[in-house]
Amino acid sequence: MKVTVREDVVKSDVLIIGGGISGLQAAIAAGEKGKQVVVVEKADTRRSGSGATGNDHFMCYIPEYHGDDFQEILQEASETLVGPIQDMNIFALMMRRSFELVQKWDSYGINMKPTGKWNFEGHAMPDRRRYHLKYDGQNQKPVLTKKALETGAKILNKTTVTELLTKDGRVVGAIGVCSKLDQPEIVIFEAKSVIIATGNSTRLYPGNNPAFVCNTSNCPAAAGGAAVAYRAGARLVNLDQPYVHAGPRLFARCGKATWIGVLTDLNGKPVGPFVTKPSRELGDITADIWQSVFDEKMADGSGPVFMNCSQTSEEDLEHMRKSFISEGDTSLNDYMEQYGIDLHKDMVEFGTYEYMLTGRGLDIDMNSATTLPGLYASGDLTGNVRGDITSAAVFGQIAGENAADYCQTVEFEDVTRHPLIQEKIDLYNTMISRKSGAHWMEVNSTLNQIMDKYVSVKNVRSETLLKSAYKYLTDLKRYAVEQMKAENSHELVRCLEVLDLLDLGQATALCSENRKESRGMYNRRVDYPFTNPLMNNKFQTIYLGVDGAVMEFRDKVKKF
Amino acid sequence: MPPVIDESKCVKCGLCAQICCMDVIKKTETEPAEIVVRYPNECWHCRACAIDCPTQAITIRYPLSHMMLHVDVPNVNGGKQE
Repeated sequence: MKVTVREDVVKSDVLIIGGGISGLQAAIAAGEKGKQVVVVEKADTRRSGSGATGNDHFMCYIPEYHGDDFQEILQEASETLVGPIQDMNIFALMMRRSFELVQKWDSYGINMKPTGKWNFEGHAMPDRRRYHLKYDGQNQKPVLTKKALETGAKILNKTTVTELLTKDGRVVGAIGVCSKLDQPEIVIFEAKSVIIATGNSTRLYPGNNPAFVCNTSNCPAAAGGAAVAYRAGARLVNLDQPYVHAGPRLFARCGKATWIGVLTDLNGKPVGPFVTKPSRELGDITADIWQSVFDEKMADGSGPVFMNCSQTSEEDLEHMRKSFISEGDTSLNDYMEQYGIDLHKDMVEFGTYEYMLTGRGLDIDMNSATTLPGLYASGDLTGNVRGDITSAAVFGQIAGENAADYCQTVEFEDVTRHPLIQEKIDLYNTMISRKSGAHWMEVNSTLNQIMDKYVSVKNVRSETLLKSAYKYLTDLKRYAVEQMKAENSHELVRCLEVLDLLDLGQATALCSENRKESRGMYNRRVDYPFTNPLMNNKFQTIYLGVDGAVMEFRDKVKKF
Repeated sequence: MPPVIDESKCVKCGLCAQICCMDVIKKTETEPAEIVVRYPNECWHCRACAIDCPTQAITIRYPLSHMMLHVDVPNVNGGKQE
């Protein structure tokens, strides 16, 4: 089999890579500014990405609810779920515009007020302000898709952007692979500006059951998209401090704050100080504050840790089951029903999942612009702001507005003779025509093992481990290029995702080695066992220069 | 294999294959087209296929790799701790 090449070049003012929450919001924003928009989506925008089937918490500041003390909400929010690894001016911008997006979504037809009023639940500490709006997002993707189409966006489903095309230091187009048919079709894009919104990088580190690389808490199709921007020259930030999610140990799911219960040990004793009698307003926030609780309790033998809902009222349990539907976690209800798990009688063990690059990735400014002219980024793959659904929505809006404005300043560039196109077509043809070779999952799981053992988050790191990792990843990437075999377009896309993940794995290893100190739970360097105060509030960046990767430390913006 | 399609209910509209974010389900390029579960190990259990199927033809079988580990609540007495 060989790839086919679509005859016409797909032209648009704004090209959006990824039709998740952020990509669709960007499409709406740019479309409302009168721009021609094309959204390229790996799957189908109606049910793709980490928000595919829902969300139930939207972090936001609503003046009529919270009052005028914006600073208090900023402080509170940055101390809990999303954490301190953010530029605080960008975080404040997100919160300042959060209510605007809530109102937009309400007007589009997403139910932001299931109780008829602004209602805040979960992800909060006792006696403190709550800032997570409880909403019903089960239809958010079909609604945003409809709205994007109404604003004139063209959506190309089942198409994955694999490379960006640059000319004279700015982004002018992209290469994509359409997997609608078994035979892959190469699609060339030309655009005045590009927004990348490919979501998390899952599948970089192993999950709890390494034999099942797609048992991830966030969408496993969102794997390595940030590498597309990295290869084109954009700067990434904070890769050396990955994030981890938690929930039912072997069944990776988001939505830990949707559970209404207390985290306890086997004897029913709470492991955290926050709550003993859980309610829908106040579940147990221990896992947000003390992310390593599950691993630490296993390591010291006092584990495992369970979600104990025995003290939750029947009304609140019913509320929780409905909220799982809003959150997109109907599988949790379905599983517990199939297996007869009764949360008044059974405690479900919780644990952490795979480490991933949520809120670690592209370094953006207040306009959602990356360091590469013409390229904007929004959502989970940004590295200096984190707000999950809020970040996806707000920075999708901001990226859409600014990418549309950028179009006014540049002209189309003819990309048809760009040398990268033939080089990539040759590579894809090699992979799709091999008679035998390595399956993508072989490479993915070996990548996972190298990341887990040598670029560890929960165990120690050292120069010797990290340098070895870089060598092994370099070898693995070479073998992967030389040996990976794809049976069809689906497998070709998976092969290319793994190559993206390998690039991110190498960048993560380099940044981890270059951080010559121990810092928090993320970087326990046995050869640098102290936390260097001179490194407080420093973010590490990495970009590909002419001679390879360049790592630098920059100041975190501390002022809101 | 995670999505289980009830052949007696399936109308072969292919919606499940279109929306599956992991491309687990495929509408074949044969005539007539078949709906097949081609990449079950890549299922994310988002249940989009089951939710959106117009004839409710899809159920999900959760593989044992995804077992939800659980124990009895201590001191259970009518479902409440003593």
